[in-house]
Amino acid sequence: MTTVPSGAIDCDIHPATPGLRALLPYLDEYWADAIVARGIDRQNLDLTSYPSNTPLAGRPDWRPEKGAPGTSFEMLKAQALDGFGTRYAICNPIHVAQVLANDYMAAALCRAMNDWLAKEWLDRDARLRGSILVPMQASELAVEEIERLAGDKRFVQVLTLAMGEQPLGKRAYWPIYAAAEKHQLAIGIHAGSMYRHAPTSVGWPSFYLEDYVAQSQAFQDQLLSLVSEGVFVKYPALKVVLIESGFTWLPSYIWRADKTWRGVRMEVPWVNRAPSEFLHENVRLTIQPTDAPPDPKQLTRICEQIGSDRMLLFSTDYPHWQFDGDEAIPQGLPASMMQNILVDNALETYPRLSQH
Amino acid sequence: MDSTTLTPQAGAVGQPAKGQQSPGLIDCDIHPALRTPADLDRFLSVRWREHRKTFGDHVRRATKAWIYHRMDNHGMRLDAMPPGGGPAASDLDFMRQQHLDAYGVTLGVLQPLSSAAYVRSREYSAALCRAMNEWQVEDWTRHEKRLKASIVVNPEFPEDAVREIDHWADHPDFVQITVPPRTSDPLGRQSYWPIFEAAERHDMAIGLHVGGVNGHPSGGAGWPSYYLEEHQTNAHTAQAIVTSMVIEGVFERFRHLRVVMIEGGFGWVPPLSWRLDKHWQRLRAEVPHVKRPPSEYVREHFWFSTQPMEESTNPQDIAELFDWIGWDRLVFASDYPHWDFDDPNYVFRTKVSPEQKRMVLRDNARAAFRLP
Repeated sequence: MTTVPSGAIDCDIHPATPGLRALLPYLDEYWADAIVARGIDRQNLDLTSYPSNTPLAGRPDWRPEKGAPGTSFEMLKAQALDGFGTRYAICNPIHVAQVLANDYMAAALCRAMNDWLAKEWLDRDARLRGSILVPMQASELAVEEIERLAGDKRFVQVLTLAMGEQPLGKRAYWPIYAAAEKHQLAIGIHAGSMYRHAPTSVGWPSFYLEDYVAQSQAFQDQLLSLVSEGVFVKYPALKVVLIESGFTWLPSYIWRADKTWRGVRMEVPWVNRAPSEFLHENVRLTIQPTDAPPDPKQLTRICEQIGSDRMLLFSTDYPHWQFDGDEAIPQGLPASMMQNILVDNALETYPRLSQH
Repeated sequence: MDSTTLTPQAGAVGQPAKGQQSPGLIDCDIHPALRTPADLDRFLSVRWREHRKTFGDHVRRATKAWIYHRMDNHGMRLDAMPPGGGPAASDLDFMRQQHLDAYGVTLGVLQPLSSAAYVRSREYSAALCRAMNEWQVEDWTRHEKRLKASIVVNPEFPEDAVREIDHWADHPDFVQITVPPRTSDPLGRQSYWPIFEAAERHDMAIGLHVGGVNGHPSGGAGWPSYYLEEHQTNAHTAQAIVTSMVIEGVFERFRHLRVVMIEGGFGWVPPLSWRLDKHWQRLRAEVPHVKRPPSEYVREHFWFSTQPMEESTNPQDIAELFDWIGWDRLVFASDYPHWDFDDPNYVFRTKVSPEQKRMVLRDNARAAFRLP
């Protein structure tokens, strides 16, 4: 196994997100009052996508004695930042604010979460960077939130979930992409679902394991949506980062997308290049979890077949249990790609990292 | 290894070269069409004929035709229209001439695409399934011994499906049970197990040809806008089905069940297997009934049809993919007469050994469908 050299950029860590009571100081008067008056702060609004007791949600040695994995700043600092000698680590909070039906409440909670993240985490360690939560279903409100925070260069991307109300290429979301491109913020798509519809085209699976596996296919849907709708034609500088998506599916996915596009491109005349070209240019993927083949040589082949050394970004997915010890870099990742994966690709994907 | 490059050359792949034994060509995906909807009337009672004419198929979509429009000709090859009229692949003589004889197809599996398998009304569905099965025999397999039929069932009514399977299973012209992949629930769930029990009892494969509608969006991201997207989701649906069947423990209960995934691609098979293994290892306490790494069930119980063939800029990648999946798990399919038809002369763009070629073009399908 390769150990992680000092100075890598960790593109996916997860501080535990707070309950609504902790957010009350960050809410405006109406919402602080309404949430208490309606008893919403006494409900369990933990997301079902990441039950905190599952083995996946917290590596045994990364679990605090009390509370959810990722709760303790001291542990995160010692294990994720000092532990891997990380230069920057991007915090990706996954929170009920992202799945609400009420647009205004979603906007208020996203705002509160972003301010909470800045104060409780980013202020405490200069290596931490943040993702902006936005109410994706209400693009005007999402843009307002992006504009509000754009001046704080510690925020480097806008975060959304792999399964939302509509495929992410739809025009309803374009104002968000315009704002992100303008401020050089990446769009991060993280595993997770609003559960507005079934996670698979054949309905609702019985087990958590199936849902987690199905995330990869949802990411694949999203990529083709972004390409087919012409998002990357309209916003050529936009970077989209798939976070916790796996990446070994990428080569065969690209082959199929390119082949189908050649057959039916008349349907989408604005897609003026093969999907692979847009993917290579505009899309990035974090490396954890690596759904690795049994033989490291196969992983090397997969990396070669991706067709670009600019797509993969180092991540630990701390505190999720994706690997043991310090084996954050799976065996088989080509040595020639390492500098790109660890540092250079992240700096290109997140220009704001170099601007703070 | 003695290998041959299948350089593009038109001709009858399944026919023997001079002095050689016929390698045979089994095509696992041929779509027969009704000349007119009324073709089915012969096999329906007066009640269901009237119902069909008056109310039609009540299915979970907004328009009669699918809103993800294909190119011209409803997704059919333009050259596949029979000279005597009617839709593509509705004329047996022309199918013989253009496809079976032209390529030397020694055995072709009919994949009838029909709303029978997913209309919501139970009795109507049962009547349509029976009619589709009778139609395959009366209009196709009786007249052409190279063609084999598929038992059309509606999986949402497992009791009816089992009755239909029991009715036809001993008929020599039927070689598989065809289930539309877009079921209401993931196919591995126990409500569908009676169908697997019947399949195993009759030693018949379950064939899952892409298609059908179930009210769910065609992918986890939601309803796409374009056929370009919808076409690719076939591969995602296939992955969801494999995941469900393995994780529900279908193959622990039905250890001899054979499943053929048709037109859902195969490039995803290795990465899905790796992903299943990795996360099963971590989360197996949730599914103690899954006793072995998921990849082992995939390797033992599933076959995958080749069309539409994955295409990399480096053809060697595809041979490598075959190596990773296992050459014994891939079965040739043409998808005649659809627009994305694969021509067996052109389908392999890389070096394959005669043995590998024989496996994909013939032997694997024999094993999957228990063909002579």
